[in-house]
Amino acid sequence: MIKLNVNDVDHNVDAPDDMPILWVLRDLLKYKGTKFGCGLGQCGACTVHINGQAVRSCITPVGVAHNAKITTIEGINDKGEHPIQIAWKENNVPQCGYCQSGQIMSALSLLDKNTNPTDEDIQEHMSGNICRCGTYPRIKKAIKEAAAVLVTQAGAKS
Amino acid sequence: MNTSKLSRREFLSYAGITTSGLLLGCSTITSTPSTLPKFVEIIDNTPQRLNIFVAIKPDNTVEIVSHRAEMGQGSKTGIPQIIADELEANWANVKVIQGLGDKGYGDQNTDGSTSIRKFYDKLREIGASARTMLEQAAADYWKVSVDTVYAKDNYVVNKNSGGKLSYGDLAELASKKPLPTVESLKYKTAADFNYIGKPIPIVDLNDMVTGKTIYGIDVELPNLLIASIERCPVLHGTVKSFDATQALKIPGVVDVIEMPVTPETVLYFPLSGVAVLATNTWAALQGRKALSIAWELGKNKTHSSKVAFDQFKSRLKNDPETVAKKGDVAKGFSASANVIEAEYLVPYLAHTPMEPPMATAWFHDDLCEVWACVQNPQAVMEQGAAMMKLDAAKFKVHTTLLGGGFGRKSKTDFANEAIYLADKTKRPVKVVWSREDDIRSSYYHAGSVQRMKAGIDHSGKITSWQQQAVYPSIASTFNSKANSPQDFELSLGFGDLPYDIDNVLMQKATAEAPVRIGWMRSVCNIQHAFALNCFIDELAHVANVPTVDFMINSLGKDRNINHKETYGFAFSNYGETLEKHPYSIDRYKSVLNTLTANAPINEMLPKGQGWGVAVHRSFVSYVAVATKVEVLNNKLTVKEIHCAIDCGLGINPDRIKAQMEGAMIFGTSIALMGNIDIKDGVIVQSNFHDYPVTRMNQAPDIIVHLAYDKNKDPGGVGEPGVPPVAPSIANAVFAATGKRYRELPLNQYFTV
Repeated sequence: MIKLNVNDVDHNVDAPDDMPILWVLRDLLKYKGTKFGCGLGQCGACTVHINGQAVRSCITPVGVAHNAKITTIEGINDKGEHPIQIAWKENNVPQCGYCQSGQIMSALSLLDKNTNPTDEDIQEHMSGNICRCGTYPRIKKAIKEAAAVLVTQAGAKS
Repeated sequence: MNTSKLSRREFLSYAGITTSGLLLGCSTITSTPSTLPKFVEIIDNTPQRLNIFVAIKPDNTVEIVSHRAEMGQGSKTGIPQIIADELEANWANVKVIQGLGDKGYGDQNTDGSTSIRKFYDKLREIGASARTMLEQAAADYWKVSVDTVYAKDNYVVNKNSGGKLSYGDLAELASKKPLPTVESLKYKTAADFNYIGKPIPIVDLNDMVTGKTIYGIDVELPNLLIASIERCPVLHGTVKSFDATQALKIPGVVDVIEMPVTPETVLYFPLSGVAVLATNTWAALQGRKALSIAWELGKNKTHSSKVAFDQFKSRLKNDPETVAKKGDVAKGFSASANVIEAEYLVPYLAHTPMEPPMATAWFHDDLCEVWACVQNPQAVMEQGAAMMKLDAAKFKVHTTLLGGGFGRKSKTDFANEAIYLADKTKRPVKVVWSREDDIRSSYYHAGSVQRMKAGIDHSGKITSWQQQAVYPSIASTFNSKANSPQDFELSLGFGDLPYDIDNVLMQKATAEAPVRIGWMRSVCNIQHAFALNCFIDELAHVANVPTVDFMINSLGKDRNINHKETYGFAFSNYGETLEKHPYSIDRYKSVLNTLTANAPINEMLPKGQGWGVAVHRSFVSYVAVATKVEVLNNKLTVKEIHCAIDCGLGINPDRIKAQMEGAMIFGTSIALMGNIDIKDGVIVQSNFHDYPVTRMNQAPDIIVHLAYDKNKDPGGVGEPGVPPVAPSIANAVFAATGKRYRELPLNQYFTV
């Protein structure tokens, strides 16, 4: 049994250590918001946060995540009211939507470290996430808008 | 204002109705299969005239069916927008229902950029028909003539009294009204449109950013098995023998089943292989790795795409077949001042939607229920029925959301695999494709060679034109004997030549299909627009005329072209009549003019930078693209793309813009990196490391110019942006470097 905390809920899962966290989340715990895209960590569709770090869950074996705190897209804001989700909606970012869970999880990890990212910062950080529909221009815009809102919110709190 | 709110009981007693729910059904098809959802059966007794269904609930919710697949193009929003507008529904009350596979809806194959252009008139009919029935119901209730009432915003209003009745209250009574005749319907004028032409956000937006959407991969059922299939790496190879001992030892693996042999004509039937079924995906994948299979690789085992391209070239030279002609090209060439020749190559390509193919099937209660990310649920019914030797009516097909499609998911082989395995196991089975499966067992965009030859006179006029094309045909998927480009393929930007030239010869040659061939976003327009636009740019430079000017001069007089009359070419015009969607030279020029008015293509540029342009009509829409590139130290960067589109009336301008942005990036992938090689009959590439697609750091700035005429019928949007991108990039590279690159992709010459 492996003990995990997913979006603040504790789980004990019976999985072999080598099973990637992606399939633990999707097949065993039924968190379906995290997507499969390549299985090699090349496309970013499976991005989740483990102990605050963005990781490609399709190549991360669950055995390294004993007692880990995992955040998936479902854990951001159920109503879609997190500033990043609002920015995504205001810019009508998604087309098919499939890669967007991973895009949002990667974007959040960027904004965690860099509150005012430049175009180059965004490109560098987000280039591991493929969107075949081609929503990149809107993702860039949405990240900048979300950054501005998050900075204002942080300022208001302090 | 007097708003009379009827209680439900009052209404029922007035109308004498005891059943619940209103359903207005519309279909042009007279027979209704028995597998339809219950609400369709209700309308079985009524005259069926239209295709799409409107249902209104007592709580004033308007349920509108979207019968087409949603894969990012936005039709799940655009279709209801049109119906809701004519219906005078309030968008806040609209709930969109994904339609099941059903011929009653008409064609559901969501390809060819058809969801709006082929259904716009019908969708308005459906909305207007439902609105008329609601108005009639209200008029009857108030005992006034129907002219005394009007529908607005989910209510019907009485002009005399000012009273209002909600659609929810009127629903049951309206459902008993006879369907109005199409001729009697009154349509809104464009000035009164509430939703048509408005940038309504897509209906799944909130679910997409919260992780709640259901794609093919997300389907769950009790007792579900996950299948991963090792398919023969060579088309038409077979399983000689296999050993499942090790696979069955993997915890979670439940069964190992041999797939049926690939038929000679592949259709959407499964490929030969061995399936591993398990209780979870990881176990299925591990089990598959543990299989030991001996293959009989079959007739394609020596095929090399590189060698085949050389054969294509020699066949065009030595053994061409004439497709269409006008005048006498030989005479034209001898009379011209300059004769220019060039040869272009576009390799095989794969779609790689972010969600690979996924399908779930389950036989229960004397039917086979399927949930899959398919572009064509009716194909699942038909091909499933053909494989299982069952009636198509035995299949109930749910289209999930698609994590991208690009044509791949019109071919429903993956659903047939699930159906086959569900039948064998008597359990629900989900077939999961890995990325490697997707890239190695696709229905590929065919690799092509084209030869172009033109003569131009001293004034820079094209006097003679010979074009040749060869590639394996999509038709080979449906008839194994088909071995040359068909008219329906040559109608995608080859036989429908826009330029005004006195002497023209169009030819093709034969090409056998070594892999399954399919259609990919914009289909043969990809190679045809590439060769045409690159060659025109070459001619413009020889004539020493700016390319856009050369294009406009060569297009000739404003006119509509009939290619059948002009060249004897059987142009299919994307299934549209020339009366409704003429082939308009004016509109070619118009998008070029919009482009040059907005894109700074004549700016002074530093060394190593250049602009390139291309223009193309496809899916009855017109798109011009200008691209700026930079080549520095052999690194090619696509810096900026401008795109002007005339697609006739636009239903949702934001989604048109989104489709153009996406098309620019899809086209950039094709130009820079798209390449599938076949060696020893096997696809060489396997995942995004060796089949790269555009990433954010390679994506240019994109500026879209919507240049559409609202008075023209809607044209296609999902595909027409793609064809001009690759040639605009190649032409820009010439402007930047002075060198022509006639074979894609460009990453064989540059770092990208």
